[in-house]
Amino acid sequence: MSALTATGAVLPRASRVRLRPGLILAGLFVAAVVVAALVPQLLAPHDPLQIGAEGAFLPPGGSHLLGTDESGRDVLSRMVYGARPSLVMGLGATAIAVTGGAVLGLAAGLGSRLTESLIMRLIDVVLSIPELLLALVVITLAGAGSTNAMFAVAFAGIPSYARIVRAQTHIVRRSTFVEAATGLGIPRSTVVWRHVLPNAIRPVLVLSTIGVGSAISAGAALSFLGLGAEPPAAEWGDMLSNGLQYISNDWFLVAVPSVAITLTVLSITVLGRELRRRSEGRTT
Amino acid sequence: MTTRGATATLLAGHPTLVAIAKRIGVRLLAGVGVLWGAATLSFIALHVTAGDAALSTVAGQGANPTKEVLDQVRRDLGLDQPLYHQYLDYLGRLLHGDLGRSYQQRIAVSQAISEQLGQTVQLAVAAAAVAVLLAIAAAVLTARRRPWRSIASGVELTLSATPTFVIGIVLLIVFSFTLKVLPVSGNDGPRALILPTLTLALPIGAVLAQVLRGELEEVLEQPFILTARSRGMRDTVVRVRHALRHALVQIVTMSGFVVGGLLGGAVITETLFVRQGVGQLMLSAVTTKDIPMVLGLVVFAAFVYVVVNLLVDIAYTVIDPRLVTR
Repeated sequence: MSALTATGAVLPRASRVRLRPGLILAGLFVAAVVVAALVPQLLAPHDPLQIGAEGAFLPPGGSHLLGTDESGRDVLSRMVYGARPSLVMGLGATAIAVTGGAVLGLAAGLGSRLTESLIMRLIDVVLSIPELLLALVVITLAGAGSTNAMFAVAFAGIPSYARIVRAQTHIVRRSTFVEAATGLGIPRSTVVWRHVLPNAIRPVLVLSTIGVGSAISAGAALSFLGLGAEPPAAEWGDMLSNGLQYISNDWFLVAVPSVAITLTVLSITVLGRELRRRSEGRTT
Repeated sequence: MTTRGATATLLAGHPTLVAIAKRIGVRLLAGVGVLWGAATLSFIALHVTAGDAALSTVAGQGANPTKEVLDQVRRDLGLDQPLYHQYLDYLGRLLHGDLGRSYQQRIAVSQAISEQLGQTVQLAVAAAAVAVLLAIAAAVLTARRRPWRSIASGVELTLSATPTFVIGIVLLIVFSFTLKVLPVSGNDGPRALILPTLTLALPIGAVLAQVLRGELEEVLEQPFILTARSRGMRDTVVRVRHALRHALVQIVTMSGFVVGGLLGGAVITETLFVRQGVGQLMLSAVTTKDIPMVLGLVVFAAFVYVVVNLLVDIAYTVIDPRLVTR
């Protein structure tokens, strides 16, 4: 084998090695979060809601690895049980936002010029309002609570997804394979469903992995503001705003959910970026 | 010379000036359109919830309102007028800076905003300045410099993925509770402004730094950089004097992101540090379901967004005339 192909083979491998540790850690952490969300009883040593007999504000160690909170509940167990609402928020809000964005984007990309400009101007208007404020408007009109918070976060995310889908639809509808399908006499709805939609939505799906992370962060922000999950539930944002009252003596109560949220969002972002990089065909 | 001749000469002499004016005019119209849209959406939201409006207005007085009282309030609020009339009324009042009246506080929304605006502007301007300076420093110092570049971009990735309130909490734990050098909360004095400013600035600055470094690295590969170097200019001078100028033009396009980040982040930061301001006003309006206040604040936010983007666009057009002649 010539030296040229040898170096050609070595180079991408070298760059992959450089990326590996961070990627693996991110992957492992996301896997742990998924396990915690699916079967929390496997990882949690205690019931997250049970008020402990051993006392409140226990320091980390012993049977309570991360200590106990103001009601004597086990912090580690609450952290583990907090994975599910966060993941549901992230995945649910992103799924709704992508679906809404796809519908609006396709309608704009395939509809008449009037439809298109109406939708796009509407999106311009909504984009002029910061996402958190939009979510707050939805909560004002619909009320607080974790389901409404999920819809609020989703609603705020729709415009940016719609923009990308529309731009992509414009590219796809002019491509030769769509022309060929139309030329073959395949009905318009089939062409849209089988050819335009899958190709227009692919880049959005890649981007939406990063979106899951942002949605978790936004959902936690709403809980932190007291507008998401209701108190006794084990939820990271709520644990955080609750622990804030005791931050001067027991900063651990705040640090644990902070670390959980941050690592989850960071890991998902790292994986999402790698996915985007690969889909764009870049290796470094 | 006829007027037409004069105009023609002017056009021939200053094609860029005309193009600039045209571009700004188009942007101005688009901005007005966005604001009109925001006002219309806000009116629709107000109207859909208007069933509660009369009730909410009297509910605060504790009495169980009779139908007559409710009708009276509806008349006072103009809710008995035909819809298009209410809509035009609403737009007309907005043009005069009247954003409606708060259900809860019984004062004009615009008055409530102007009372709280100073604190938030102080915080937002400080945070924007810190974010931009940090981004410039990080990008100029680390662009295309191997080990530093990876470290800086790792830190930026972490900061941009960290929720605002977590950044604030970490700063609080370190500087207020462990080192005990900075106050936990409050509106008084520049020392109380340091932690909230950093909280708001760090995630925004991190994103700006990533974009700026990318631009800078592209510019540093341009031939004119090589020319400057070959004249014997030092690396740092080349970066600051030549490359940064070009890269900064790109960062200007991020103004929308910055404004959104500052306004959204203000709600979180002001809550965490128990500061007064527009963000607090928004949160308390949301929790008390003060719909006119919430919508008034949203229309105000859209106004700020449009004005900042317009100013940035004008500056951009003037700085970089290639945009209009291209």
